[in-house]
Amino acid sequence: MSRRIWDIPGGIHPPENKAQSAGVSIRQATLPERVYIPLQQHIGAPAKPIVNVGDRVLKGQKIGEATGFVSLPVHASTSGVVEAIGLHPVQHPSQIDSVCITIKSDGEERWIERHPIPDYRAHSKKEILDRIRDAGIAGMGGAGFPSVVKLGVKSDTKIEQLILNAVECEPYITADDRLMQERADQIVAGLEIMAWLVEPKEILIGIEDNKPHAINAMRKACEGKPIDVVVVPTKYPSGGEKQLIHLLTGKEVRSGGLPADVGVVCQNTGTAYAVKRAVLDGEPLISRITTLTGDAVTHKGNYEVLLGTPVADLLLQAGLQRDRMHRLVMGGPMMGFSIHDPSVPVVKTTNCLLAPTEKEFPDPAPEQPCIRCGSCANACPVNLLPQQLYWFAKAKEFDKAAHFNLFDCIECGACAYVCPSSIPLVQYYRFAKGSIRTAEQEARKSDHARTRFEARKARHEKEEQEKELKRQERAKAAAAKQATKKEAPVKPAPVAADAAPTAVAMPATSATDTAGEPDELTKLQTAAASTMKRYKDAQKALETAEKAGSDHIDALRKKVEQLKAKADAAKDAFIAAKNAAKAEPEAHKPAHDDPLAALKQASADDFNAYKAAEEALQQAEASGSGDLESLRTQVAQLKAKSDASKAAMKEARAKEKEEIQARNAAADPVKQAKMEVAKTQVLLKKARKALEAAQASGEGDIAALTQAVQDAEAANTQAEAHLKQLEGA
Amino acid sequence: MDVLTNNLGAVTALVAMALVFGALLGFAAVKFKVEGNPIVEQIDALLPQTQCGQCGHPGCRPYAEGMAAGEEINKCVPGGEDTIRALADLLGREFVPLDEEYGQEKEHKMVAYIREDECIGCTKCIQACPMDAILGAAKQMHTVIVDECTGCDLCVEPCPVSCIDMVPVKVTPQSWIWQPPQGIGARPGNLIPVRNLA
Amino acid sequence: MALLNVTSPHLHKPGNTGAFMRQVIYATVPGIAVLTHFFGWGTLINTVLAVLTALACEAAILKIRQKPIAFYLNDYSAVVTALLLALAIPPSSPWWLTVVGTSFAIVVAKHLYGGLGMNPFNPAMIGYVLLLISFPKEMTTWLPASGVTASTEALNLLQSLQLVFTGQISGVDAFSGATPLDTFRTYAGQPEVLDTNAVLHGLMAGYGWEWVNVAFLLGGIYLIWRRIITWHIPVAMLAAIFFLSGFFNTAVDADNYGSILFHLLSGGTMLGAFFIATDPVTAATSAKGKLVYGAGIGILVYVIRSWGGYPDAVAFSVLLMNLAAPTIDYYTQPRTYGHSKPNKGLAKRS
Repeated sequence: MSRRIWDIPGGIHPPENKAQSAGVSIRQATLPERVYIPLQQHIGAPAKPIVNVGDRVLKGQKIGEATGFVSLPVHASTSGVVEAIGLHPVQHPSQIDSVCITIKSDGEERWIERHPIPDYRAHSKKEILDRIRDAGIAGMGGAGFPSVVKLGVKSDTKIEQLILNAVECEPYITADDRLMQERADQIVAGLEIMAWLVEPKEILIGIEDNKPHAINAMRKACEGKPIDVVVVPTKYPSGGEKQLIHLLTGKEVRSGGLPADVGVVCQNTGTAYAVKRAVLDGEPLISRITTLTGDAVTHKGNYEVLLGTPVADLLLQAGLQRDRMHRLVMGGPMMGFSIHDPSVPVVKTTNCLLAPTEKEFPDPAPEQPCIRCGSCANACPVNLLPQQLYWFAKAKEFDKAAHFNLFDCIECGACAYVCPSSIPLVQYYRFAKGSIRTAEQEARKSDHARTRFEARKARHEKEEQEKELKRQERAKAAAAKQATKKEAPVKPAPVAADAAPTAVAMPATSATDTAGEPDELTKLQTAAASTMKRYKDAQKALETAEKAGSDHIDALRKKVEQLKAKADAAKDAFIAAKNAAKAEPEAHKPAHDDPLAALKQASADDFNAYKAAEEALQQAEASGSGDLESLRTQVAQLKAKSDASKAAMKEARAKEKEEIQARNAAADPVKQAKMEVAKTQVLLKKARKALEAAQASGEGDIAALTQAVQDAEAANTQAEAHLKQLEGA
Repeated sequence: MDVLTNNLGAVTALVAMALVFGALLGFAAVKFKVEGNPIVEQIDALLPQTQCGQCGHPGCRPYAEGMAAGEEINKCVPGGEDTIRALADLLGREFVPLDEEYGQEKEHKMVAYIREDECIGCTKCIQACPMDAILGAAKQMHTVIVDECTGCDLCVEPCPVSCIDMVPVKVTPQSWIWQPPQGIGARPGNLIPVRNLA
Repeated sequence: MALLNVTSPHLHKPGNTGAFMRQVIYATVPGIAVLTHFFGWGTLINTVLAVLTALACEAAILKIRQKPIAFYLNDYSAVVTALLLALAIPPSSPWWLTVVGTSFAIVVAKHLYGGLGMNPFNPAMIGYVLLLISFPKEMTTWLPASGVTASTEALNLLQSLQLVFTGQISGVDAFSGATPLDTFRTYAGQPEVLDTNAVLHGLMAGYGWEWVNVAFLLGGIYLIWRRIITWHIPVAMLAAIFFLSGFFNTAVDADNYGSILFHLLSGGTMLGAFFIATDPVTAATSAKGKLVYGAGIGILVYVIRSWGGYPDAVAFSVLLMNLAAPTIDYYTQPRTYGHSKPNKGLAKRS
């Protein structure tokens, strides 16, 4: 039967290079010594480890738990001991290490107990979906989207087509091709499970016409089943999810939407196979088929690989010709990523490892200016204007790039493949996308910061108002009191604006600094403050009188002087008391604590004192009253003191560090000596053995060998003596 | 007199046209008025909201108000060149490089980090932080809520024991982005030495 | 041993800008040959002069701009510019005309705008228009095509060199002729002249020029076949000329408006359609945009030829449409997959 096949715009026909690896059947990769299971292998949140270092784990045991809806668990791919949970190189273009669980294999490959569900139709869909989630199955073709999210169709969405993506349009890769040729029945079984889950009107398998064997195998496996194997013409990138949907159904997934929006669910061949294994065999996703190819690989072909196997292990197994390898790519030549470190592990999405020679993949030519030839626009499978996006990305005009639908770019690389100016277009788009995302995040963050700042400001204003209110109340109360006493010649000002801050600021600092003896101190402080206030008020009255030219000036002046003396005395008393209070804990502390802490405390106190003095000076300067000179000198003195104590503290800290280092260094010679002893011992043993052998066979210069043994003995005794001496010291 | 009568028609026509178009313009101005954000809001939205005060204003909004009133647009250090560009774009002014007097643009985004074993719990940094991003109580060790810190620097100076450092924000695989290619004439890519291939 | 760390894709189609440009150069060979056949060696001399001037100017400017000289000279864009200008200039023009035009094209029209890829106007056409406006006499003096009358022969190499470098040829008195477009323009509305003038009566259209245009058409087809250019611009431009000339020639007045073939095979029609209008840097880029752009050029060519002040108008038309290209691009964006309708215009400020 023939279905209508739609066409996608653009596309390219790069050399396929599939023959190198398509002809050999799937081989089992050997068990690696260690596997490194990354906690994040796909889009979404990373898993959370549920084993500890030292735990024994079995093959298939869950070792990382999913942490959200778009998150999947990870499993031990072999039995062994958890050796580490920590950073290990993984494939990521940032080259940043990521958390992996390292399992040292015990070589036994002991499985955890498996629970197959052969009669899945008798179970609820939720049960089967949970099984698929628990098996950690992610899309095995592209970005690795958790399959369960796609299969868990909402009840109000009607699925018309379930599509199995067996296109495999990237050059070099043959993993799906081989899998279909060899295990078509199992793939179809998996597809049937998925069909049972999503209840589509029709089930389609899309395969490119360059895989005749796979097409035959799949046709045979589908005989008598309501599954339609649809052959599509070879063109890159027909295997993109949205591209395949369009090819087979003519439907377009809305920008930013999901295939389910148009009634389509699309799954990869490897995923169908994994679903079958999970449901019918009870095995989680712990291995996959990976193509090893490229001219630097001797035994090209497909390997069944345990997830977590280091790439280096696989390459060496496949006969890597190290000197000829010029790049190392995980994935295909069109969309794969450079590997920066061969110790990165194979993950769920690793469909191909490519180790090409320089001749095979020549170095990219230097970027030339864009001449707007439009080749890229003709190659683009989603009808973008790549050259415009390039200009915008280069000029950092990201809003324009976004307007030209940058985010519909699937990064297939067709544009960069055809560009006559060798412009790394995809990198420009990735840069632009990343910058836009970062900018959005920063905008969100700055909005958040604004809210927080405004909330804080509002809170402070409220506090200030409350304080002000209280102050006024207090002033009123005081005024009332004074009025009843009837002894106030000076009018009670409602608030002494300039005196108040000092009075308020002082208790704030002193309260935090000196927790002890609050009663005495507060009393003195209030006294100081009130005399100060009276003095200030009097001074004001004097000033007004002077201005008005009153004749009581002399009397007023006298009074002001008296009050000033009083105020100074009160203040002195307060400061003295405060210092005494402070001195007390200081006096006790150093005895118990280590000197550094004391220095720290002292430095902090000095700094506080200096700051307080400075504040006072500023106020004095602002109001123009007080003995500015002496305040200034006081500030300078305190600053010097504070600096000195800070310096002392720093010095002490440095000294401490030095001491620690010195201690470490002191430990070193012993170690060295021990090593020396061990070394000389080994040498001695070797020499003795050589001598024995020579004596037994009667060959060789026995005299020289004897001499060597004696020398080695001497060296050994000397080393031992040195060690003893050191240990004695 | 002749001149006047000869040109009367033209003058009348011009006056009439002026009136008609004036009325049209006036009508359009009322009818199609763009209800935009007040300019201060728009400027404020472009500022990084670090509230660091490096521009000489006590926070971002006051500076936004200043710029709306004609102040220079090149004083925002944490925003840097990108912000100045956006401001120039919004206000229709010429781009000017960052005024060095207010500080130098940092290469990385920074966050404050308190060396906790050295902190004496004085709460001075808590009071200085415009974001309420420092957690702690008197005599207790303090710490920075990294996600809330905008890297404004304001907590560094008040610390009596100098235990606050500004450290670059750590790049994670999630926050990492591709750098642009080096441009025309450059070969894309770089060589990396091979490790771990026994 | 080190590995290359690079963004995908890891494969690249063979070929680069330089190779593209070389194909364009090869495609002009038939045109050059026919021009030489009819008008003597002047075309070749002009071409060599122009290419040398262009390379010298390009190198000098690159040096001043502190750019890698060899890297940029390798893209052959300067050579193509020089070639197109040389092919548009009359073969009898003095050497300095070529030098002035080429250096203006490279220095002002190309590099002052930022070099390859940044120039809004076709540099060759800017150079051409500069010459046409500044030196109208030299720029409109064409030799009669050889064989147009029994006595006209193409100049030999020596005569051509003499003409280009001294302005005179010993032994020949009158060497000026008129192109078919010029002739038609002069005698439009006079059927008795039009019917008898030998210049207007080759096999299909104007004598000599018909073959020049056929040669460029062949070169153009080669370019399309090699996928160096797409069919959109030439087809749209020629179609516009086809329909306009057809309409006016048959439905309006055959004596005042030339025939379809006359317009298609005269002057710079084919050179313009396949080699000049298709300059990717200055043309529209989307397929739809290219159709609009090409049709615009065709219409302008016809309008200026029929009612404007110049006998031919490829240069003016191309420059005018260069001006419109960005706008055309903004309004002819393709509909991106997953969007219900195409974008129009630039991003609005949010």
